[in-house]
Amino acid sequence: MEPLIYEISVPGRTAALLPDCDVPLADLPGGYVRDEVALPEVSELQVVRHFVNLSHLNHAIDKGFYPLGSCTMKYNPKINEDMARLPGLAHLHPLTDEEGSQGALALMFQLQEWLAEISGFAAVSLQPAAGAQGELAGILMIRKYHLDRGDTQRTKILVPNSAHGTNPATVTMAGMEVIELPSDDEGNVDLAALRAACDGEQGRHIAGMMITVPSTLGLFDRGILQIVEIVHNAGGLMYMDGANMNALMGVVKPGELGFDVMHYNLHKTFSTPHGGGGPGCGAVGVAERLIKFLPGPIAAVVEPAAGEDDAPLYGLMMPEKSIGRLKAFHGNFGMHIRAYAYIRIYGGEGLKDVTRHAVLNANYIRSQLKGVYHIPYDRFCGHEFVLEGHFEDAPDIHALDISKRLMDYGIHPPTNYFPLIVPEALLIEPTETEDKATLDGFIDAMKKIAQEAREDPHMLKGAPHTLPVSRLDEVRAAKELVLCCAPLLKMVE
Amino acid sequence: MSYIPHTEVERQQMLAAIGVTTIEDLFDAVPASHRFPALNLPEAMSEMEVAAEMQALAESNEHAGDFALFRGAGAYHHFVPSAVNHILLRGEFYTAYTPYQPEMSQGTLQSIFEYQSMMVALTGLDAANASHYDGATSLAEAVTVALEVARMKRKKVILSHAIHPQYRAVARTYNQGRDVKFVGDSGRADIADLMDMIDEQTAMVAIQYPNFFGQVESPETIRQLADRIHQVGGLLVMVVNPLALGLLKSPGELGADIAVGEGQPLGIPLSYGGPYLGFFATRSEYVRKIAGRIVGETVDQDGRRAYVMTLRPREQDIRREKASSNICTNQGLMALAACVHMSLLGKQGIRKVAELNYHKAHYAAAQIDALPGFTVNQDKVFFNEFVVRCSKPVSAINQALIEQGMIGGYDLGADYPHLKDHMLVCVTEMNRRAEIDALAEALGKAGN
Repeated sequence: MEPLIYEISVPGRTAALLPDCDVPLADLPGGYVRDEVALPEVSELQVVRHFVNLSHLNHAIDKGFYPLGSCTMKYNPKINEDMARLPGLAHLHPLTDEEGSQGALALMFQLQEWLAEISGFAAVSLQPAAGAQGELAGILMIRKYHLDRGDTQRTKILVPNSAHGTNPATVTMAGMEVIELPSDDEGNVDLAALRAACDGEQGRHIAGMMITVPSTLGLFDRGILQIVEIVHNAGGLMYMDGANMNALMGVVKPGELGFDVMHYNLHKTFSTPHGGGGPGCGAVGVAERLIKFLPGPIAAVVEPAAGEDDAPLYGLMMPEKSIGRLKAFHGNFGMHIRAYAYIRIYGGEGLKDVTRHAVLNANYIRSQLKGVYHIPYDRFCGHEFVLEGHFEDAPDIHALDISKRLMDYGIHPPTNYFPLIVPEALLIEPTETEDKATLDGFIDAMKKIAQEAREDPHMLKGAPHTLPVSRLDEVRAAKELVLCCAPLLKMVE
Repeated sequence: MSYIPHTEVERQQMLAAIGVTTIEDLFDAVPASHRFPALNLPEAMSEMEVAAEMQALAESNEHAGDFALFRGAGAYHHFVPSAVNHILLRGEFYTAYTPYQPEMSQGTLQSIFEYQSMMVALTGLDAANASHYDGATSLAEAVTVALEVARMKRKKVILSHAIHPQYRAVARTYNQGRDVKFVGDSGRADIADLMDMIDEQTAMVAIQYPNFFGQVESPETIRQLADRIHQVGGLLVMVVNPLALGLLKSPGELGADIAVGEGQPLGIPLSYGGPYLGFFATRSEYVRKIAGRIVGETVDQDGRRAYVMTLRPREQDIRREKASSNICTNQGLMALAACVHMSLLGKQGIRKVAELNYHKAHYAAAQIDALPGFTVNQDKVFFNEFVVRCSKPVSAINQALIEQGMIGGYDLGADYPHLKDHMLVCVTEMNRRAEIDALAEALGKAGN
């Protein structure tokens, strides 16, 4: 294994190439000054080797197939990275005056407009830093919409039981209550349960509903128009979790289905890299009635263009009754840049193709694994689908074992044990950027593992066999709780 | 131009395998009335056309590559060694996701563990998480922890007015649906005034260090504040500039329970405000209450040391509506940037950069204070920012500076009405002496 950077530290060494001080020295404030900071003492080559060696221990889209359901691990175009590093964007201070940041504001404004068009909304804010923040923005907007109308008793949000955990957690953060809805045996929201929850006096407490489309099962809810209607009739607003937007571009516009608010994941649908867990961007789009509540500031035209060849003057604007800021400055601008480049390269027709091929790839894998694995909802899927990772004639093998064994085939496991309503769930999302040969390789590996489950379950239980580490003792990690290289910090001191 | 690899032959093979004739057949569950709308977007462009368009947008901005920058106010222009960017551009790091599968993610996990360790070293506290979205949301998450520590029985949160105005705004956004009362920042309360506000209902008090005006409170003052809040069982939260901690006493030494802040000064470009890095460090006793990813050390089945996300049952995907935060990602790549940057600076480098900032800011302050029409507030110790009182509107002065190729200080009047005609000037190691002299000269002309 690669040692910790603290373990290769040698007192007195430094990689810092800094200039000498070219101004007279000021007096340091004696009592304010600390002892040295226990950072490692290493050379630049040591640093580079260390992190290159660490990088080799990762799986990544650039290395191989990554069908992690609900995460849309598509190819992240290299041009995006170059654009984000253009000096005029990378070295632009966030508090630059309006006149000095017209290029950045034009980019943000254009991206807002494009995102609104893609999903049929009236306006978009790029503030939220991630999907979870987009959800918080959406639920806070719904809350404020009701309060603004003097409707103070709407405190409950409907959430299907297939929802991602962020949905209920968001509702709690916003100071509201969750009502969980069951799913029917086709994976749709149980309409009878929804009607009951929205009926009469109960309906007057419904602030809205959060729903993922297509659902976390990868299925487009056949009752979607009825769901929207039932909730709207009860006076609630509809929130769409846009995590699965990769299945919808050019197929349907959530705004046209009647949704009031939705978050986009620019790091899923619009190819900004996942970065080992972030940064992302969870932009939110809204229907007309929620525009004034959007989180801000947002980019806006403050002076229309004088003539046809002129550009308008852009500025930053706080919506009239905004729920407020979600972070400092104007959102994760670096992600806006990448998403802009991505949409520009594809154009409208190209984005339609993205969705068409994402859905084609998922259905292709599904068709080839049908019969080999149990597929609980046997219908066309969207951009992803769920299968059950266990076999009646190999009862000791679980989704986890299949996941770990896939690693030996050089493939990142699908999302496992989610959604919670399918036992031993494996959620598979191939994305549109994978070619047929890669999909066939995955299908073969899944078939071989199904065979191994019967023939050599013990070997499967011990997987992975070819990675730098075997399965980890996660209980020990939580019990003994070693969260930093404490003894080494002391050594360096 | 497309990143979709399918050939027509392959498409047909796949459709046949599925048992449909066209891709459109796969969308039968979408209501026909709403299916396949037109997308009114511009047409596709080639890579070189996109690059040219975006370069033109970029070059129309007034940025620190072309202008001498003297503005901070929460976002700082610092030197970033080339090696940082080269590591960030490794696809193995930037095209990976959250390390749910530790066997395939030891690179990400170990680097986060090292990042956590460095943040512990910097803050003098016991543990740090894998990061939040930015400094502002880290403060909002600290409020949640303080409320949880008080078991939601205390409703009062005291914020100093000298905390970044946008951070305070975000803390309020996060808490608008909860029963929380924010006090302390409506006027000009100093630390002594904040101390008087502390009572049994107080969950926490937060100050910024150095504060938004660049000033550093004395260690004695902060320790007194810590003692006072601890007497009533509340928490001291410090919003800190991590680079200043290369020089100044750590929050841990001063009695803080939680240190949060913006990690952008640690190797992350300005990028018009994001993505940045919210760091969060605390004492051992509160670790199980904090939100966000945390990486811990363990062993594999064969006894080898390895790293894994730990304390997972706190998180939203397991606790659902009972989780205290909905956060499910961190700023992974930004934490990596900070980790590589701090490794390159090392023990000596971080001190040296901090001192360069200190000396250059003090040199600039002296030059500006000597000018007629300008007064530098030097009541307190400052780090790399200071407040200048001008005899003209800041906007007029900044306009004159732009014409000289310089971006002047931040106009404080918008956020603090009593500071009309005051600018917050920032000087870092990036500002050479000649630039500082040119700034003083240009201010001298602009101020008259």
